[in-house]
Amino acid sequence: MTHTVLNCGYVPLVDCAPLVIARELGFAAEEGLELNLISQPSWSALRDMLALGHLDAAQMLSPMPIAMSIGLGGLPARIDTLMVLSVNGTVFGVSEALAGDLGAVQFGDAQTLLQRLAGLGRPMRIGVPFHYSMHRLLLSYWTSAMPGVDIEEVTVPPPRMADAVAAGQVDAFWVGEPWGSVAVQRAVGQIMMTGGDVWKFAPEKVLAARADWVSENPDTVRRLMRAVYGAAKWLDAKKNKPLAIEILGRSEHLNLSADLIDPALTGHITPGADLGPLKVTRFVQFHKHAANFPWRSHAAWIAAQLGADAGMIAQAKDCFRTDLFRRNLASLGADMPGASEKVEGSLKFETAVASSHGHMILAPDAFFDGRTFDFGPHT
Amino acid sequence: MAQDLRILVVETDPARVREIVDALTSAGWRDVKALAQISGLDRTVKEFAPDIVLIDLANPDRDTLEHITMASETTKRAVALFVDHTDDDLTKAALSAGVSAYVVDGLKMNRIKPVLETAIARFKIMRQMQSELDAAKQALEDRKTIDRAKGFLMRQRGLSEDDAYGLMRKTAMDQGRKVIDVANALVTAADLLS
Repeated sequence: MTHTVLNCGYVPLVDCAPLVIARELGFAAEEGLELNLISQPSWSALRDMLALGHLDAAQMLSPMPIAMSIGLGGLPARIDTLMVLSVNGTVFGVSEALAGDLGAVQFGDAQTLLQRLAGLGRPMRIGVPFHYSMHRLLLSYWTSAMPGVDIEEVTVPPPRMADAVAAGQVDAFWVGEPWGSVAVQRAVGQIMMTGGDVWKFAPEKVLAARADWVSENPDTVRRLMRAVYGAAKWLDAKKNKPLAIEILGRSEHLNLSADLIDPALTGHITPGADLGPLKVTRFVQFHKHAANFPWRSHAAWIAAQLGADAGMIAQAKDCFRTDLFRRNLASLGADMPGASEKVEGSLKFETAVASSHGHMILAPDAFFDGRTFDFGPHT
Repeated sequence: MAQDLRILVVETDPARVREIVDALTSAGWRDVKALAQISGLDRTVKEFAPDIVLIDLANPDRDTLEHITMASETTKRAVALFVDHTDDDLTKAALSAGVSAYVVDGLKMNRIKPVLETAIARFKIMRQMQSELDAAKQALEDRKTIDRAKGFLMRQRGLSEDDAYGLMRKTAMDQGRKVIDVANALVTAADLLS
């Protein structure tokens, strides 16, 4: 059987795992796809390559397809989000010097940490990987809740975040794993909380493709989604974690050692060089609790944070292709939530909701300040 | 025409920098600066105020560069241009999509001139559109200020609209200032007195 070759862009971070597993464990081959994984040096380069048709599909930061579709930053292009690849998985950390000034703050206490930062009464430079990233949106959302926190956003490529902290170019950082743990290992910074402490269920990376390509290649899209969905499901099974870490550690696609991949996949985050690891619930979620479902309300929240008006928010919702998700994955036995939108921030605990199999358990999605976001009408 | 453009080259490999700078110089661009360290990019972009920034497509610092040009006033000027292996399809696609991004074969420096010239032409159109837009916005703002100042004079001095404008114009001419400056002063004074 000849396989359809698919050029798929990614940035080598731990959470590109679903794409690597889809290729290495044969999920793609089973669907008759040869997944050609092409590493990209930067998110801007990945974005341009996708928009210009040099990539068929790509792993993207969840705000990117929305920013592109509503014409913010770089190339405007209609980009669709086929599914979510991972939820959460980022950390916020500070330099050793800033950690000293902040004093003891309990790990994950977003509210107290924010008060302490405000109390310092000085401007701070905070490193993020890309302007249109969930990292940056969570940072803006979190810090804007407190008047008096004066931050300057600095874009730093993740592999260089620890260097930037060491050189004093940034006072703090919001970055995806393994780069937060690298800063801790090098004893230049401390991790204070994870992205989940600001928003408990934030879509982090998505599988994206050009809208015109998606409509012209329905069968390839279906097979790609099935392959990646299978890989994500496999990755989220606890028993598969050790093997996943080994495969990813050996993979030329990631080029990271297994001990750097381990903390993210097992959720054991070490906050400081002289501290032991802490177990973080749902540090990164690849599949469970409908993690792959491209909630239209997630798209709306992202668009609203980007300053979109009502028309653009409607446009953003349409980028998250719940219709394709339902159509292409139902035959795999995937459980589908009954609704495609929800009131973001309203789930304080694990909650059972109506689904195609009867009911499914959704994970908490609360924000640190208890706010809720209703972008209805819920269709 | 080309000579008045400032070009910043972001490249770590000294040999390649020399090659690119030579190609630019021989093509007639003399205001060229090279930067090897990304850490100084922020400051350099502000101080040197380049019209065009050349950076390798494969350079991971592109996200940083993009953020700097987006966040600073240089948005109107700086154009990122990416130097990489020749790929005509990509160049054409980038052009037709309206990116200020190009692909130039780093080793075939004879291609740098036509590619840069096209980039500059596009960039000039963009700049002109932007400055026309800015001028239109400014004219609208000025109009509003002058109307407010006229209203103030009409109320305070019991003048007709034409006489109020005439008085501002005469004052401006007597003092060697622009009508908008007089209007601004009046509006400020009116705000202080109200």
